[in-house]
Amino acid sequence: MTRGARLIVLALGGAGLAALLVAACLDLPGFGGTWHPYGDRAVEASLSRRTANTIASVNFDQRAFDTLGEMSILFASVVGTVVLLRQTRDEKRGKPEPEEVALPVRRYALIVLPVAVLSGLYVIAHGQLSPGGGFQGGVVAATALHLLYLGADYRALERVRPVGLFEVGDALAASAYVVTGLAAVLGGTAFLANTLLPYGTFNTLASGGTVPLLNAAIGMEVACAVVVLLARFLDQAVEIEEENGKR
Amino acid sequence: MTVLPYLVAVWIFLIGCYGLATSRNLIHAVGCLAVCQSATYVLLLAVGYRDGGTAPVYSDIKPGSRPVVDPVVQALTLTDVVVGATVTALLLALVMQVSKRHGTVDPDELRELRG
Amino acid sequence: MDEPLIVVVLLLVAVSATAAVAVRDPVHQALVLAVLGVALALLFTVLQAPDVGLSQLAVGSVLTPLLLMLSVHRVRRREKGRKGKAR
Repeated sequence: MTRGARLIVLALGGAGLAALLVAACLDLPGFGGTWHPYGDRAVEASLSRRTANTIASVNFDQRAFDTLGEMSILFASVVGTVVLLRQTRDEKRGKPEPEEVALPVRRYALIVLPVAVLSGLYVIAHGQLSPGGGFQGGVVAATALHLLYLGADYRALERVRPVGLFEVGDALAASAYVVTGLAAVLGGTAFLANTLLPYGTFNTLASGGTVPLLNAAIGMEVACAVVVLLARFLDQAVEIEEENGKR
Repeated sequence: MTVLPYLVAVWIFLIGCYGLATSRNLIHAVGCLAVCQSATYVLLLAVGYRDGGTAPVYSDIKPGSRPVVDPVVQALTLTDVVVGATVTALLLALVMQVSKRHGTVDPDELRELRG
Repeated sequence: MDEPLIVVVLLLVAVSATAAVAVRDPVHQALVLAVLGVALALLFTVLQAPDVGLSQLAVGSVLTPLLLMLSVHRVRRREKGRKGKAR
């Protein structure tokens, strides 16, 4: 098909889709309405289990099984990326040259680095209380680590970041989530049911039963996943070179 | 105003699809896919919004004292934002493999190569 | 009450999404996507979803653009190497 013909097909399909979507939107309950049956029930369930952050309760208690599915997607795509971006036989590992970093950049990066990593861990730890949790904190902590690449150089980053260890951590966190779910089965209830631990005092760190445990597992999983992903991409961009003479 | 947020979501989705279909560079196409994805976030959160509502976090408000927005759609969006990023990484890894095997990331040239 | 604010941020998101598609160079697109990420994070905050805003800020404005940039770097380096050899 030529480019022009493809554009025409695209325009037709797009116009049809647009018409259907707009028609659907006009029939949706109006923006800002007061009718939220699921939301009201989720809030009730969350409060009855003494989890202050309703969203953490939905993610790690009421819909914990769904989060297991999301986590498997995350895990599978990390495994896929690691396999796709491995070093093949026709590639060799070049030595990246250390480069001069402007002093203000270096100073700023090294000051912000510990603060950013700590904020990431704080956000993970307080997931069931305040906005935040494993998903967000994991990304913050893992990307913060890469400030070292800005402030120092690639080799300094490699020294503090043994990728193998993070790959193991990723797998461990994924299994920790499943094991917490199985523990509930052994305790005589359903998979991932939040009945194992006492619900604790509302609005304290140890509240919400298994929510903090699952939250921590996800935090570790996401942090390790992001570190591993960025390590593979940096490897490709900075280190690995194709051998001369070969395709 | 009652449908504007939904229409914005539709617009973002359609413009992302357009970019995806007309892209001349697979990396650019992956970026367009990220745009498409963000349309679903806008739609979900717009559905869950409540006028005068506040965030469904009870660490600093008394339960029942104020209406809150829908937490279920927020939880759905939240997980997808992070998981979507790792899927983007997987797609980019595929693009790098394509570039390695075929020496180009233009979908049209790839079609010619396959013959 | 905060309706005008929501409208303004929604339009900001729509404009930056359009720009992210219209910019054809992947490096520039990565930068525009970072802007889109910040705009979305702002929208989510205005829509009373701080959790989602936080994760969108971390992912959309840092992680995704960074991954895109690294891929572009890799692909460009390979293309340059190939052209150099052909000559």
